[in-house]
Amino acid sequence: MSNLITDYVASIRNRNSVFEFIEPQDNPKLDVRKGCILYIEDVNVSFDGFKAINDLNLYVNDGELRCIIGPNGAGKTTMMDIITGKTKPDSGSVYFGQRIDLLNLSEPEIAQAGIGRKFQKPTVFEEQSVFSNLELAMAGKKKVLPLLLAKLSADELQGIEETLELIGLKEQRLLRAGALSHGQKQWLEIGMLIMQKPKLLLVDEPVAGMTHQEMDRTAELLISLEGKHSVVVVEHDMDFVRSIARTVTVLHQGSVLAEGTMDEVQANQEVREVYLGE
Amino acid sequence: MSLVSTQQINPIQETIFNRSTVLFLTVLAFVSVFVVICNQFVPVGSALHIPTYTVTLLGKYLTFALLAVSIDLIWGYLGILSLGHGAFFALGGYAMGMYLMRQIGDRGVYGDPVLPDFMVFLNWDELPWFWHGFDMFGLSMLMVVLVPGLLAFLFGWLTFRSRVTGVYLSIITQALTYALMLAFYRNEMGFGGNNGLTDFKDILGFDLQSDATRLTLFLLSAIALALGYIACRYIVTSKLGRVALAIRDAESRTRFIGYKVENVKLWIWSFSAALAGIAGALYVPQVGIINPNEFSPLNSIEMVVWVALGGRATLYGAVIGAVVVNYAKTYFTGALPEVWLFALGGLFIVTTIFLPKGIAGLLSRKEQRA
Amino acid sequence: MTICKRLASALLLVFMSLCGSTSYGEGNQTLFDEGIRLIETGKLKKVADGVDLLINSKHDRSAFILESMLESKLYRHKKQKQLVMLVEKNDKGLLIADLDSLESTRQIGKRKAKRIPLNNKLRGKIKGYLASQNLNADQVSVRKAAIQKLLSALDDETLALIKARALYESNPDVQLLIDTAIALDALQSENETDRLKAIPTLSESLEPAVRNQLTQTATNDTSKAVQLAAQSALEKIEDKIAFYGFVEKIFFGLSLGSVLVLAAIGLAITFGVMGCINMAHGELIMIGAYTTYVIQLMMPNSIGASLFIAVPAAFVVSGLVGIAIERGVIQFLKGRPLETLLATFGISLVLQQAVRSIFSPLNRSVETPDWMAGSIEINPIFSLTLNRLYIILFCLAVFAVLFLVLKRTVLGLQVRAVSQNRNMARAMGVRSEWVDALTFGLGSGIAGVAGVALSQLTNVGPNLGQSYIIDSFMVVVFGGVGNLWGTLVAGMSLGVANKMLEPVSGAVLAKIFVLVFIILFIQKKPRGLFPQKGRAAEG
Repeated sequence: MSNLITDYVASIRNRNSVFEFIEPQDNPKLDVRKGCILYIEDVNVSFDGFKAINDLNLYVNDGELRCIIGPNGAGKTTMMDIITGKTKPDSGSVYFGQRIDLLNLSEPEIAQAGIGRKFQKPTVFEEQSVFSNLELAMAGKKKVLPLLLAKLSADELQGIEETLELIGLKEQRLLRAGALSHGQKQWLEIGMLIMQKPKLLLVDEPVAGMTHQEMDRTAELLISLEGKHSVVVVEHDMDFVRSIARTVTVLHQGSVLAEGTMDEVQANQEVREVYLGE
Repeated sequence: MSLVSTQQINPIQETIFNRSTVLFLTVLAFVSVFVVICNQFVPVGSALHIPTYTVTLLGKYLTFALLAVSIDLIWGYLGILSLGHGAFFALGGYAMGMYLMRQIGDRGVYGDPVLPDFMVFLNWDELPWFWHGFDMFGLSMLMVVLVPGLLAFLFGWLTFRSRVTGVYLSIITQALTYALMLAFYRNEMGFGGNNGLTDFKDILGFDLQSDATRLTLFLLSAIALALGYIACRYIVTSKLGRVALAIRDAESRTRFIGYKVENVKLWIWSFSAALAGIAGALYVPQVGIINPNEFSPLNSIEMVVWVALGGRATLYGAVIGAVVVNYAKTYFTGALPEVWLFALGGLFIVTTIFLPKGIAGLLSRKEQRA
Repeated sequence: MTICKRLASALLLVFMSLCGSTSYGEGNQTLFDEGIRLIETGKLKKVADGVDLLINSKHDRSAFILESMLESKLYRHKKQKQLVMLVEKNDKGLLIADLDSLESTRQIGKRKAKRIPLNNKLRGKIKGYLASQNLNADQVSVRKAAIQKLLSALDDETLALIKARALYESNPDVQLLIDTAIALDALQSENETDRLKAIPTLSESLEPAVRNQLTQTATNDTSKAVQLAAQSALEKIEDKIAFYGFVEKIFFGLSLGSVLVLAAIGLAITFGVMGCINMAHGELIMIGAYTTYVIQLMMPNSIGASLFIAVPAAFVVSGLVGIAIERGVIQFLKGRPLETLLATFGISLVLQQAVRSIFSPLNRSVETPDWMAGSIEINPIFSLTLNRLYIILFCLAVFAVLFLVLKRTVLGLQVRAVSQNRNMARAMGVRSEWVDALTFGLGSGIAGVAGVALSQLTNVGPNLGQSYIIDSFMVVVFGGVGNLWGTLVAGMSLGVANKMLEPVSGAVLAKIFVLVFIILFIQKKPRGLFPQKGRAAEG
């Protein structure tokens, strides 16, 4: 009963959302009844003696938009690597909802469970068209035989077209992705992320190389995702963070230094020392 | 390293029978008909007559072309450089050779009704277990596909899952064929050791020496090449093909959007191995022998240069490369044997440095200018 | 009574041999000549007297004459009425030589000469004399060999000789052998306690004769106690043999491993630093081997020294070829590892064919200098062959030098910088192009040095490199890229594994097993034994 109400409230809050096709796919195993979608507990990683992640504890609520900041080498990207299965931690536990243990899953299994990631350095499939890039990222059957027999349905085609519209690459739909500008590649990556219909989005430096106008659009997009999706954004651009952030987490030397609203974090003495250089 | 020269790609309009495929199939059909007419209906002595010897030589080139297509499928479209595809080719060949060996029956030198000559020579009393059933054509043909396919599946299952990629994978495939070569050289393996399998008499009751059989084998090779080519086109134009390209260009990225890369690789790789096995099976009755030398790493790497010269990720480039290099080999080893390795070595270097897109790249560049 | 007699003769012999050792030299020529004259008659009785005279003459040729007599090689030419030496029996008759000039042989009919007759008594006498000569020789090795020879045919007289020697033998090894001989004799004694007492001494020995005798005793002895004791002694010996067999396999394995390490280490450097596979690496080894061959051709009179020139020469030649390959081909294929692999394979084909054209396709054999032949005997069943030992030492030396170069020199520092982060190294002002060329030269030079070592083990031919290239890759892949220690450990362990498997499965199967093992291993640890970790390793 209470679920229904929260759903209803959430839907009201997002009424101005026009991106129907971005509705996350439901994963029946995903259990967020406690309100938390991502649990990172006591995680440690070291590379040849260097501790990249040091007793990290981080919780992300369902439907939350969380910004993560921190100086270079704070472990932001490594943390994303751990969530998406690229790096296995030396110790600790990482759960998606209450039941899905991410440490036991491979990268594609994590992606299919509903975690999408946009990389710091845009990596699109350069030899294929913008359209194909989106088609590849599209949620759906990803087994070998269905892929061999796959035909685009009208719905899927529409989904791709709408995403093309959203990311402003409709004109370039048949262009080789490698021929796009840096900013366009960023958008394409975001588009691919959307096509995956993930429940949790990990967005690593989304606005690097974008104009102010594009930044605003990105901010708008990310905010509109909040509610139905949970979003974790890693970004260096403070203006951008301020424009979207509800809760900000500061990482330093592989562990959480402070957490709170942007103002609280900026007022924190420790943060000022290590991060703002005072 | 851009393999596609045009900036515009239309995946939706990409069909199995695109222009190059239609052109290729037409040329193949034309050549086959031409060869049949010139061999059968043009009188001996006429300038246009094609002797059966040449027909068989062309048939051999066609099996190599099929093999090259199978390599292009995994190298050009999936990014796996196999330095061991000769092993799958040879295994298919051995499966066919075993059938042909059993067909000899009591016409061998020792006249044993069941045991092939080399087993009699080794004083073996009975057929090893894995030779049973090879007297049946259907089962043997199944083995032609199954043995290389299953070996590839097993090998791929082990290596892809542990994410062995790039040069590592290439080296391991080379080790695979090398190990098989060592094994097949042993008499105890039961495949005729050094000498391999030879002295075949007939296939399905047709005399292997007769002109009609040889012409039929040539035509079968042409048909197999056409079908294999179409099958590969089907794969590369499907969504699976686009996933394969994605894997080739950014493997880990493909994982992060939810594709089990190792499964995609495993199936295409195994299919390619089975295709190579079919090529081997067609090759053996035409050349009349299969021996462990087919497993040698040098052979496998030579096959790769066919594809490199012809042009990767085009399929027709692989066919062109296989025919051109093998024609050159036939010519050189006959006329100037000591120059052949220089030429082949030079070809490797020139192709990789100056012709990264191969002959197919040259062709399409010309087309664009026109 | 008999004991008294034996003791007396022993004392006499000791006295004689003492005198012998003091007045060793020409000896009594008259007695010797007279002895020869008596033997020349070919009559058994006179021969017996002649042998006595020869023995008493203490002439330094006596031993030689008597030994050839024992080996049935001393003949009497019927017409010339003089002694000749048989060289060999053949279809045409006998090939003989004069006693004074053994080099010039001549052929005579089968019936033209007659063997000097001997009976058992004379044989025993001669054997005893020869043994006493060797038993009292100055060199320890001759004394040891003499006793070892006697062990399989002990009789009263030889035993007496051995016991006599025991009185003033100072070398502990020889003393041990003498004890063994005495114990071996005691094992034949009729007294059960004597036999039992002898066994503990025997259980320490590894001589084949001892083992044979113990085996017999263990089954045939009348006393159950002796049988059991012999049995347990045998087991102890077998354990030791098994142990030394194991040690020997490890030794063989290490020497094979050293070859693998030598072949692979250059590859590990180029692969590790530049990330490019050099398929022509095997041919660089081959070039090193041919350099050795050419240098030997140039200095045929000093084979021993030629190796010391060949090592730096091979390093330079292969290194220069390597730099040429890098500048001419590889630098154009940066960042395209698969293409580099193909191009360098093309180079390997060209180099092979070039060698075939220049030196002929046939194998050339490189001579092994004297100081590399032979072996160090640790005990009767285990010896270290010198060439294998030198290969191991050479490999370790090359490894150590390379290690120091990479750790302690400016080049090494730059090489490591480039291998860890090429762009950063560039930004710091390292000329990465220059480092690439030199690294490639270094790796190739090491390949050449490996070729020198290989030329001492196998024939030098155009296919030499090909047979090592796959093994080398396996070592590099197994050890983990960019780690010299990994290469060392991987090479040595693969070598040992190969040699351990060989007796069980045969050489070819052993190789196949090792290859399959590596394929499986890579699946567990894709980055080898000693992987590089961290962000940089994941690109």
